[in-house]
Amino acid sequence: MTARAVKSAPIAMLPEPAVIVAKRSFGPEIRSYRLRLLDPTARPRFDFLPGNFNMVYAPGVGEVAISISSDPEDEDLEHTIRIVGRTTRVIERLEAGDVLGLRGPYGQGWPLLDARFKDLLVITGGLGCAPVTGAIDYVFRRRASYGHVTILHGVKKAADLVFQSRFEAWRREPDTTVLLTADQPDRAWRDRSGVVTELFDDIEIDAGRTVVLMCGPQVMMHYAIRHLRGCGVPPERIFLSIERNMKCAVGLCGHCQLGPAFVCKDGPIFSLAKIGRFFGERGL
Amino acid sequence: MSDTSWGGATQAPSSDAETPAFWLPRAQLQRLLDLLTARGYRVLGPVVRDAALHFDTVTAVTDLAVGWRDEQSPGHYRLEHTDAPQVFGIVHGPGGIKRHVFTPREPLLQITMLHAEPDGPAPGFRAEARLPEPERVALLGVRACDLAGLAMQDRIFLHDRFPDPHYAARRAGLLLIAVGCTRAVSTCFCVSMGTGPAPTGGYDIAMTEMEDGFFARAYSDAGRDLLAALCLARVGVASRDRERDAFAACAESMTRALPHDSLRELLYDNLTHPRFDEVAARCLSCANCTLVCPTCFCHDVRDEPSLDGNASLRVREWDSCFNPEHAQVHGLNFRPHVRERYRQWLVHKLASWVDQFGASGCVGCGRCISWCPVGIDLTEEVAAIAATPGAKS
Repeated sequence: MTARAVKSAPIAMLPEPAVIVAKRSFGPEIRSYRLRLLDPTARPRFDFLPGNFNMVYAPGVGEVAISISSDPEDEDLEHTIRIVGRTTRVIERLEAGDVLGLRGPYGQGWPLLDARFKDLLVITGGLGCAPVTGAIDYVFRRRASYGHVTILHGVKKAADLVFQSRFEAWRREPDTTVLLTADQPDRAWRDRSGVVTELFDDIEIDAGRTVVLMCGPQVMMHYAIRHLRGCGVPPERIFLSIERNMKCAVGLCGHCQLGPAFVCKDGPIFSLAKIGRFFGERGL
Repeated sequence: MSDTSWGGATQAPSSDAETPAFWLPRAQLQRLLDLLTARGYRVLGPVVRDAALHFDTVTAVTDLAVGWRDEQSPGHYRLEHTDAPQVFGIVHGPGGIKRHVFTPREPLLQITMLHAEPDGPAPGFRAEARLPEPERVALLGVRACDLAGLAMQDRIFLHDRFPDPHYAARRAGLLLIAVGCTRAVSTCFCVSMGTGPAPTGGYDIAMTEMEDGFFARAYSDAGRDLLAALCLARVGVASRDRERDAFAACAESMTRALPHDSLRELLYDNLTHPRFDEVAARCLSCANCTLVCPTCFCHDVRDEPSLDGNASLRVREWDSCFNPEHAQVHGLNFRPHVRERYRQWLVHKLASWVDQFGASGCVGCGRCISWCPVGIDLTEEVAAIAATPGAKS
């Protein structure tokens, strides 16, 4: 109605400058950046949980929604980026000392507090494992709080296994099973062959105490869900990371909708119980 | 009224007993315009431009669409000039009032690149919010459907975790003068959506146009001040029956409707209904329906760098779920086909909107029906799905 009735709103959309302190390459498409906020007093505003994301800003070019892959207790923030679009191709050209913008963190993270003292089953496919690698590191840094950890990861070709050293390190953790598979293995490939859901034959799932974290192609998650439901894992303990176009990250721009969900603020991590009705349907 | 209320969403209109109606003779409408101007408002009212109705700056009654009437049907919008003295004879045009609050293009941030000292560390950039200049705007002739649309946009842009400062700044300066509808066009169905034809709240003054003038009621302090300054005569109870009859006749004349009960479940249960293939064969995916909708809020956010690379302007611009890029992420498109885009629009508007914002995203204005170049009628599409629920494509 009138001016009186409207209170002013805070500015939540300002990107915070952050300098690249380290850059690593994994294969031709994946780059990982450790970022330090130029204004260290801004760091508490960036407190996050694994699965949260920031809008990473290439100055003068644009923003991309990227999950935070570092540990929440690290001072620096790490983002692992797939070089596939206009903005990420500009980010690829940046080196240590260059400045990016960050705003965030946004979204609902992995349920790592609720998952304490339960078994974890992590299922990932292709290059899409980045959003969950931070969660796995988080768990191993707090190993005593979690039960058996099983990691199933599938790639198309051996060259797609970009985080090989991380998987090797996780393999050496106690009470942990790591199984890798390649769809099109080459001669040097020493792990399994086939798609990631075939690895279910080699593991035992205690449906009563397992929390599932999933990230990867939709079709992979679809078949994994079918198997997990068959094993009796309840939909409340199956969590998936959903990818959608995002422009604002605060539930206003409308691009990331999946049914009633704004993936940016209601996700990107959803329980199957919450999103299941809309997950399987193509083109939603 | 508490300081945190946002008009229609929280403020119920008072009963007739508490809100006296005044009589504004048509010949004195100019006094209202002059008063608004004197109080520092820029007045936006219904004017005819390019053969359609738009809200544009007006200073004189003669600027308004006096004597004009509209005829609307699926894919059809025509204006006709008559000798009738009516000022608010056109029900609505494509533009509505949304564009004056949630603007088609809004600068958000100014980014300034900072230059490095030789051999120094990279200094990065500075980001500053760009907020619209505060302005008092009086919107004159706002229809009940558009008030309902504004109340819904308030919910979207102001009531969530991140209230939008740009929308809030424009909204703060608004004075809303509603006009109740005593005539509907064939595409109207606000009665079925519970939003009209008489405005139900969220305005400062409500007017009803009769043969020789207007009933006027104030529902806010600002509205009461304005009506008091005009020194108008009170309207007796008996003549108010004429107004009630006019609203009733208008409501009675509407033939289109959407079902209320179970509409959300009906659409959620019929995501693969063959009707979506059928409508996709007609839909041009032109986005007209989303551009004329009073509640659609999708927008793109992008940077516009200066040519010298020293600065960049972050802007938002209206986008539409019918645009192919809407659901595209690095080469993968989640809704590559028109069928999926029409379904997203319809199911969002009528079903998931209820989950997101507590009410339907449709206010029953019928603009999407009139302005669809091929005359697709959402009430007809819903009826077709409701006629054969559970059918699979």
